[in-house]
Amino acid sequence: MLLEVRNLSSSFFLDEGELKAVDDVSFDVGVSERVALVGESGCGKTIVALSLIQLIAPPGRVKDGEVRFDGQDLLRLDDEGLRLVRGKGIGMVFQDPAAALNPVHTIGDQIAEVLILHRRLSKQEAWREAVRILGEMGIPEPEKRAKAYPFELSGGMQQRALIAVAVGPQPRLLIADEPTTALDLTVQAEILDLLKYLRDQYHMALLMISHDIGMVADVADRVMVMYAGRLVEVARTRDLFEDPRHPYTKALLGAVPRLGEGATQPLEGIPGRVPDLLDLPSGCRFHPRCPLADDECVRDLPRMREIPYARTAECHKLELQ
Amino acid sequence: MSTNGTLLSVSGLETYFLLGKGWRVKREWVRAVDGVDLTLAPREVVAVVGESGSGKTTLGRSVIRLVEPTAGSIVYDGIDLLSLSASAMRAMRRRMQIVFQDPYGTLSPRMQIGQILAEPLRLHRIVAESQVHDTAVELLARVGLEDYFVYRYPHEMSGGQRQRIAIARALSLGPEFLVADEPLSALDVSVQAQILGILRDLKERDGIAMLFISHDLSIVERIADRVLVMYRGRVMEEAPTAQLIAGPLHPYTQALLSAVPSGRPGDARPRIRLEGELPSATARLTGCAFASRCPMVESECRTSVPSLEPKRPGQRVACHRVLPT
Repeated sequence: MLLEVRNLSSSFFLDEGELKAVDDVSFDVGVSERVALVGESGCGKTIVALSLIQLIAPPGRVKDGEVRFDGQDLLRLDDEGLRLVRGKGIGMVFQDPAAALNPVHTIGDQIAEVLILHRRLSKQEAWREAVRILGEMGIPEPEKRAKAYPFELSGGMQQRALIAVAVGPQPRLLIADEPTTALDLTVQAEILDLLKYLRDQYHMALLMISHDIGMVADVADRVMVMYAGRLVEVARTRDLFEDPRHPYTKALLGAVPRLGEGATQPLEGIPGRVPDLLDLPSGCRFHPRCPLADDECVRDLPRMREIPYARTAECHKLELQ
Repeated sequence: MSTNGTLLSVSGLETYFLLGKGWRVKREWVRAVDGVDLTLAPREVVAVVGESGSGKTTLGRSVIRLVEPTAGSIVYDGIDLLSLSASAMRAMRRRMQIVFQDPYGTLSPRMQIGQILAEPLRLHRIVAESQVHDTAVELLARVGLEDYFVYRYPHEMSGGQRQRIAIARALSLGPEFLVADEPLSALDVSVQAQILGILRDLKERDGIAMLFISHDLSIVERIADRVLVMYRGRVMEEAPTAQLIAGPLHPYTQALLSAVPSGRPGDARPRIRLEGELPSATARLTGCAFASRCPMVESECRTSVPSLEPKRPGQRVACHRVLPT
């Protein structure tokens, strides 16, 4: 395994109390595997990603757990060790490229900088390589665009440039947090193609974080579903879509509108609302919205259970389904 | 309401914004809406779809004069809206309301929900003062919220609940026409379906006509009778919803539909890739707005603007390359 996460918990310590953003989460990502982490806003999916590379800012911190990447425990690394892992080991792409790119440096300089740092290229080599990578990321006229500042590029081009910065050092794992959410539909599809290409070309593993379970269908090998700070179901993509086991996964899939099904498939929402992480329900966190919930669900937090064909789900009522 | 089957008739609508100000800065026009024709029947829901910068939001706001159009005409139930005085226009707004994408930005943080709903009732003297509270509670019930919400503040509510309030407020004046500007975009999928259900009830039970502005065709399919596809301020294609989704004719509509994720693993449709880039917002276009990215482009497309013409029964397309069938 490239990445092994065990019992990861991260909380924010606020005046109102402890906000458990990530609660006892365990998962793996294999070499060159594409895994999606999906869930609704506020479920803690971004905090999982930030915890992995120790980027949570106070009052938040990783409370507990183990993150093994390529044999190292990332939660026990010093600053220098972390600096090497970020970039060369794990690259990261964020939702808003305009905020992630440095506004006062050209695109080419920002890519060259990480190449000099992580691949020990000379300044000239780094610039040439930066231009080559920009072209590979599908940016037309890369020599010209390398000299452009971020504000001179469209949103889609900025996202390609940010991906170029992240993949320049050839990391073994790319974490992409909502990489297409801010983009138009036609551009979104192009960025997804680019992410698939990176796996095929560089055997780069991908951890993609998204609120849109419909969108990850064509990208991910495996899908992990998160709800209110906990992983509730993990399965291969096809298995999850064809035979969801957790009632939340089922409901989530039923709420996704698919083009061409408007006349035949009524859209079913999930009653109620996502729980407040400062005021979590007892027992299973999904029980107030779950059609199968009974006394046991109100009382006890279910544990992740193995079910056949390499999948897991966290529900008391798996046998009923 | 008029009996001739037209509630709203928009023709040649242009809304331009002046960009840049100050000394030595070149002032340029952004043609946000650049010659749009549109009709809407009573009880009809027409969707306007397009990507960012297509002008769909400006179109929605121009139609009810929240932004002033530069040219064109808007006739609502026989009344020429652009000739109305400000006070006459205000009175007209009882009949036409708008729901925005971000309900948080449109609800006053200092007012309880009851006050938010009461304000338009009092302003337009919809009900007697003694009836205001009961009417607010009725409005809440119509959007599926319990009566105790009248004492809540917007920040105490979830995004979906706030969008319900925004819809309830729009309903308070009893409009027959609603502009819904991306009403579901800021919401999680589990909540989207709930709000979509409320909007469909307004259409089917209350007979409210809507201009439904959205970038999401899989949502549009579930509520709209007809769709207009916009690109760079112009209408590229217009057709009944099912017809458009089954048989898009404009190359842009085809590309847009092919980019919608299938939502099923292993079910990826072949996708039309668009090369090239969007023309800048201030560029003066001498030809088709889509020419710079169109896979079917010819020299004619760069020199003459295609007009929106019927190419199939019910389906109008602005493209030189699409032949009538």
